[in-house]
Amino acid sequence: MGSLELRNVRKSFGSVDVLRGINLEVADGEFVVFVGPSGCGKSTLLRIIAGLEHATEGSLIIGGRDVSAVPPAKRGIAMVFQTYALYPHLNVRDNMGLGLKQAGMPKADIAARVKTAAAMLSLDALLERRPAELSGGQRQRVAIGRAIVREPDLFLFDEPLSNLDAALRVQTRLEIARLHDEIGTTMVYVTHDQVEAMTLADRIVVLHGGVIQQVGSPMELYNDPANIFVAGFIGSPKMNFIEGSVVGRDGVHTLGVRPEHITLDSEGGDIEGRVTHVEHLGADTNIYLDCAAVGLLVVRGFGEQLVEPGSRQYARFDTERTFAFSADGSRAGV
Amino acid sequence: MTPRPATNSFGRALASHAILIAYTVIALFPVLVIVVNSFKQRNAIFRSPLSLPNSETFSLVGYETVMAQGDFLHYFQNSLVVTVASLFFVLLFGAMAAFALSEYRFRGNSLMGLYLALGIMIPIRLGTVAILQLMVAGGLVNTLTALILVYTAQGLPLAVFILSEFMKQVSDDLKNAGRIDGLSEYTIFFRLVLPLVRPAMATVAVFTMIPIWNDLWFPLILAPAEETKTVTLGAQVFIGQFVTNWNAVLSALSLAILPVLVLYIIFSRQLIAGITAGAVK
Ligand SMILES: Nc1ncnc2c1ncn2[C@@H]1O[C@H](COP(=O)(O)OP(=O)(O)OP(=O)(O)O)[C@@H](O)[C@H]1O
Ligand SMILES: [Mg+2]
Repeated sequence: MGSLELRNVRKSFGSVDVLRGINLEVADGEFVVFVGPSGCGKSTLLRIIAGLEHATEGSLIIGGRDVSAVPPAKRGIAMVFQTYALYPHLNVRDNMGLGLKQAGMPKADIAARVKTAAAMLSLDALLERRPAELSGGQRQRVAIGRAIVREPDLFLFDEPLSNLDAALRVQTRLEIARLHDEIGTTMVYVTHDQVEAMTLADRIVVLHGGVIQQVGSPMELYNDPANIFVAGFIGSPKMNFIEGSVVGRDGVHTLGVRPEHITLDSEGGDIEGRVTHVEHLGADTNIYLDCAAVGLLVVRGFGEQLVEPGSRQYARFDTERTFAFSADGSRAGV
Repeated sequence: MTPRPATNSFGRALASHAILIAYTVIALFPVLVIVVNSFKQRNAIFRSPLSLPNSETFSLVGYETVMAQGDFLHYFQNSLVVTVASLFFVLLFGAMAAFALSEYRFRGNSLMGLYLALGIMIPIRLGTVAILQLMVAGGLVNTLTALILVYTAQGLPLAVFILSEFMKQVSDDLKNAGRIDGLSEYTIFFRLVLPLVRPAMATVAVFTMIPIWNDLWFPLILAPAEETKTVTLGAQVFIGQFVTNWNAVLSALSLAILPVLVLYIIFSRQLIAGITAGAVK
C-alpha cells in the first residue's frame, strides 16, 4: 500500500547537482524522517516524491506502482507545508474538502470525511472560519486535517513545525506522533531539528551534500554513526572531535566523544584544560573546557554541577564510548 | 497601519503634509482651471481665467455645443470600449505571461522576461508607420479593433514587468498545495494567484488606462472616421486653425475626465495597497 521506493534519484538545477543518487526503501506504515543541514536537498527530495519537481534521473515507486510520470494529485499522497499553505479565500471546511471535490467525490462523503478529521484534530469549532482568522497552531492543524481527509497512502511533511513557537511545537509533535499511531499510514517527514527527528522517527535518513549518509533508527545513529558527519550532526551539544595523536591514540586520525561521555576530574584524566564557561540548564549543565592542544571541549554533566569558571580540570573520556574516524571521515576500527 | 516611532512626529507630520498639499495643488490646478472655465462664458474665460463663475459669467454654452455637435455620446462609447477592452486584454495576457515567467523554469526564461520588458523603454509610436501598414494590410483601419490591438501591445510590457515581480512573491507552497489537491494550472492562476496580486493588478490598470484614454495619436492615425472617433479626438473638432471654441473644448475635456475618474475610484483602494506593498510588510 503505502510503501515507497526511491531508485537512484538524481536532481540537478542547471549545473548544480542537488541530489546525487538517492536509493531508499520505506516500508508500509513506517515513519521516516529526513534530516540534514540547510540546503542539503531534503525539501527537493520530498518535492520529487510529491511530484512537484521532476527527478533528473531515477525512478520512484509508491505502493508498488512506478509514479515517476504521475501528476501529484494522482500519486495517493498528501503534503503538509511549513507555511501551512491554506487557501486564503476558503473557510476551513472548504480548505479541507477541496481536494476531494476536485477528485469528484460526492458531497455527503466529503462532509463525512471532513467531520471525522475535524474531530480527530479538534477543529470542529473552527470549520466556518477563514485561515486569516486562525492562529498559527490552528492553521497547521487545518493543514494536517486537509492531508488526513485525502486518506493518502503516504503523508509528506516539510518542516511542519518550524513556524510554531516552542510550546506549540512540542504539542503538535505529539499530535503528529499520535496521528501516526492512530491511522498507521506511511509518513515521510523533513526537518532540520534533531529533537523532532529523534522523537518521531522509526528510521532517520541523514542527508548531506545530496547523498544519504546513513539510514537507521534514532539510537542506531546515536550509538553507531557511520561517519564523522552523522556523528557530529546527531546529538546536542555536538560531539567533540579530537586529533587522535593528542590523546595518545596514534592509529586514529580523529577521535569523537560525546559531551555526555566525558567526566571532569580535578586530579587527573585524559586531557587538561581551563573551564571558560558554564551553562546551567537545570536538568543538566554544559561545561566548556579550553584545552590548549585541542581547543574547546564541551562536557555535559547531569543535574547541577559545581564547577568554577577559570578552574583547571581534567577531562576523562568514557573509553567504551569513543568513536574513531579515519582521515576521510569514515569510521575506523577502534 | 504602519507603526511609527513616536519621536517628534508633529513637526515632521506638518512638514510632510505641507509638501503633499503643495504637490496636490500643483497637480490639480490645471484640472481645476479646465473644469471651472468650462462653466463660464467665453469672454469671462479670457478676462479672468482664474475666477470662479458667478451669476453673470455662468454659462453652459460649452456643454450645449458639445451635446449638439457631433455625436459625443458615441465618442464616449468608443473611448470606453477601447479603454476597457484594452485594459482587459492587458491585464489578462500580462498576468498570464507574468505567471509563466515567474512560475515555470524553461530555457530562455530571463531572456524572454527582458524582451517583454523592453517595450517599457521603447515608445510604441516609433513603430507607427509599420503599424499603419499592418492595419491597412489587415483591413483594420478605422476600426476600434485596431486601437485595442495597439493599446494592448502598448500596455503589456509594464504589466508583465510589474506583475511578474509580484507573482514571484506568491507562496510556492500555496501553489503546490493546489497541485496536490488536483487543481489545474489555470485554476491555480485564476483562483489562488490572481486574488493575491489584486493590488498589483489595480496599479497596472491605472497606469495602463490613463494613457489609453488620453491618447490622441493612434485614434488620429488609425481610426479617424466619424463612427470610430474617441473623445479626445472628438474634442479636436472644436480646435480650429483660426477659431477655437474654447467653451466646447473645455466642456468636452471636463466630461472626458468623468469616466476615468470613476474607473480610478474603483481601482484606487487596491492601488494604495499596491504602491505601498513593498514598503509595508
Ligand atoms: N528552483 C531551484 N533552482 C535552483 N536551485 C535550487 C532550486 N530549488 C532548490 N535549489 C537548491 O537546491 C539545494 C537544496 O535545496 P532544498 O530546498 O532541498 O534544501 P533543504 O535541505 O530543504 O534546506 P532547508 O533546510 O533550508 O529547507 C539548495 O542549495 C538550493 O539552493
Ligand atoms: Mg527545506
